[in-house]
Amino acid sequence: MKFVKWQWLTTSLMALAVAMPMHASAQEELNVYSARKAQLIAPLLEDFSKQTGIQVNLITSKADALLKRLESEGRRSPADVLITTDAGRLHRAKEAGVLQASISPELLKKVPASLQDKDGLWLGLTTRARVIVYAKDRVNPQDLSTYESLTDSKWKNKICIRSSGNIYNQSLVASMISHKGEEATAEWAKGLVANMARKPKGGDRDQVMAVAAGQCDLAVVNTYYLGQMLNGSDEAQQEAANQVAVFWPNQKDRGTHINVSGIAITKSAKNIESANKLIEFMLSKPAQEWYAKTNNEYPVMDGVEPSDTLKSWGEFHSDHLNLSKLGELNPQAVKIMDRANWR
Amino acid sequence: MTKSPKFWLLSTLLLAFVLTIPIWVLASFVFQFGNDNWQHLLDTLLPEYIINSLVLMFGVAFGTLLLGVPAAWLISHYQFTGSRWLHWALLLPLAMPAYISAYTYTGLLEFEGPVQSALREVFGFGVSQWFPEVRSLGGAVLLFSLVLYPYVYLLSRSAFGSSSQKALEVSRTLGAGPVKSFFQVALPMARPAIIAGVTLALMETLADFGAVQHFGVDTFTTGIYRTWSGLDDTNTAMQLSLVLLSFVGILILVERWSRQQQRYYVGDVKTDASDYVQLTGKKNVFAFAVCFLPILLGFLVPSGQLLYWSLTTAETNLNSDFFELTWNSFSLALITAVATVAVAVFLAYAKRMSNLSRVKQFVQVAHLGYAVPGTVLAIAIIIPLAWFDKTVDDFFYENYEISTGLILSGTLFALVFAYMVRFLSVALQSVESGLARIKPSMDDSARTLGASSWTIMGRIHLPLMHTSLITALILVFVEVLKELPTTLILRPFNFDTLSIKAYEMAADERLADAGLPALLIVLTSLIPVIILSKLMDKRSG
Repeated sequence: MKFVKWQWLTTSLMALAVAMPMHASAQEELNVYSARKAQLIAPLLEDFSKQTGIQVNLITSKADALLKRLESEGRRSPADVLITTDAGRLHRAKEAGVLQASISPELLKKVPASLQDKDGLWLGLTTRARVIVYAKDRVNPQDLSTYESLTDSKWKNKICIRSSGNIYNQSLVASMISHKGEEATAEWAKGLVANMARKPKGGDRDQVMAVAAGQCDLAVVNTYYLGQMLNGSDEAQQEAANQVAVFWPNQKDRGTHINVSGIAITKSAKNIESANKLIEFMLSKPAQEWYAKTNNEYPVMDGVEPSDTLKSWGEFHSDHLNLSKLGELNPQAVKIMDRANWR
Repeated sequence: MTKSPKFWLLSTLLLAFVLTIPIWVLASFVFQFGNDNWQHLLDTLLPEYIINSLVLMFGVAFGTLLLGVPAAWLISHYQFTGSRWLHWALLLPLAMPAYISAYTYTGLLEFEGPVQSALREVFGFGVSQWFPEVRSLGGAVLLFSLVLYPYVYLLSRSAFGSSSQKALEVSRTLGAGPVKSFFQVALPMARPAIIAGVTLALMETLADFGAVQHFGVDTFTTGIYRTWSGLDDTNTAMQLSLVLLSFVGILILVERWSRQQQRYYVGDVKTDASDYVQLTGKKNVFAFAVCFLPILLGFLVPSGQLLYWSLTTAETNLNSDFFELTWNSFSLALITAVATVAVAVFLAYAKRMSNLSRVKQFVQVAHLGYAVPGTVLAIAIIIPLAWFDKTVDDFFYENYEISTGLILSGTLFALVFAYMVRFLSVALQSVESGLARIKPSMDDSARTLGASSWTIMGRIHLPLMHTSLITALILVFVEVLKELPTTLILRPFNFDTLSIKAYEMAADERLADAGLPALLIVLTSLIPVIILSKLMDKRSG
């Protein structure tokens, strides 16, 4: 009988102990909600803490979940800063009313206008391009031109691309809607599906592997995955990446589709000064170079050298579409892909 | 201090209410009308979501029965090569999260993977034309069957082991052969336990997101996520979740119905070595194969791949961070397991003691949480917790000008609560089946001798059902350790677990780097699985 009572007591004590909120010290702090995975943000945050003495607390999760959390927590949210890996989600955060316009004007000036919100609620930190890669031995790059031309019948059963559930594809289709309209995009999506070599599956690296293995000739992938494959420790991936080359689509017209990882200050933020210090730090040369090197992403700042891998792919002309559009058009993009049977 | 029915009624009502808050939050979305997304879904993907989910369920039901029941039967009645260690090794796949097993199998068997590449080297390109596609509905059925059959095995083994022994002896004495005895006596008697096991496996299948997404199989769960994230439509997503829950409601009803058809109370029957039939020759080989195959494919192959990945990346990855991750995962799982089983015991008791149908219904509802996809559950928990925090904060601010901020949201409490909602069903299945085997006449005798309810519970029931309790503890522990979406969404600042680490690496398409945290999940889960089997050994040994 005693045993039972003790069991209940310890259980309730344990429940109490875990219910205690983490206590904050008096030190200057900054709370970060990040959709960028820990391995791609934590090292920089540590450097930032060392430099400034500001203690950074981090939660990483999916962007949608962080947004939902921000919305529900409202003005009581502990978050000061939101970091995402695509502009669409930052736009959603703006629409949901969980951001405030507190990024300092000097910082906004540093970043190209197309890579930030028009009301200054968020800005891009790094960019990446969604490009066409082709099998060097089987494809003549002169046969390639635009995303649109991927529907050409000569590419029948030759294209690999990941599923429509992926945000990168959703953004690409959203950019297409913005430039070409819904109807033309719907036609394009159908044409692309008709040319797919296999049912969409796997991630971007899987598409490159499939091209190297001969299952398809072309793949649509983000540049940094290719960069990571080239610089990673996995020999099979390195070998596969060496068998493909990058083609920059739409160089003669609107430019290659890009997206950003970006940052915003939340409405509930209590440490606005520290938040601005973090943004300044993320735009600094060392941080920008770190992303170029570690994740093969392009710096948003002029005058920062991209990594050797990035340089080897050459210069390119990027789509100057305001990235807020990607967020606005995301639901339409998904519907178009659904109707086109893009899995 | 015998409690009145009213005590049980009120306390169960309160507890059941708190535990089902997320379900009520979900239900409230029924009334949110809005846009044409339902029409869009009906026109495009919904039929496929439904068909895929149904095929997956039937396939997994069949697969887990096929893998779990024969193995349980062989282990509880025969002796053959390796039967001693196969007996506990059959539980090993419990430690393998479905999504991680999915990563390893695609890594191995895909077009670009080592198996197909090697086959192509030897037999030419044609091999890949007929090689079955791993990332398919069929692949998903196999995968789930391999990681979920231990539920069926565990529950049917205990049913075969204890309750059917005497009846079988009678049946054999009356001249029925082993096959006939199995189908006409043992199987019907074990049916409630077997169906309980299948139900758990199916609930888990329906709630899974990671593995089906990785396999490119569109199910209800991936549809819910796509609607929420891609279409930016929480309402429709939550309504879809309710449809999913109604599937599960039916599942639970079937399970209950099956259980009510029969009620056996059998005391603990000790089996001794002479009860086992020694197998030889071909039969021996066959029995070994039947029991070893699920372990090989459900545990050894994926673990081998994880180990290989871990070794290739150990140099860069193995550092002190992993101790913290392991400790976080372990302590969180332990706290949750203890708390959840305590609540399960209470609810199971309320059902037994009160004998009120209302109480039974309340407890029934508490099972639903297991089938809510983790992402949906997390949202359905954020909403009420944030509301609670807001209300408290407003109250203190208005009256005392103190802002209490967030009290529950974003704390470990929110996380433990979410796990409890999700995994209570697992604990209840085990505790209830343990309790059900104790004859009510025993309670009556004890009461006649003047024992109170608490005494009966502490002195008679808990000792008698300690195996069930430990089973429940371990199942919840392992579930929490493997869990991903809820942890990802609800965890507090600076609190990462092994499954988060594995996910972040895998989501970044760094499967090899995901190997080490995944392997550590498996190793940490092994500790309780081995304890469980030792305890079971003692019991039947």
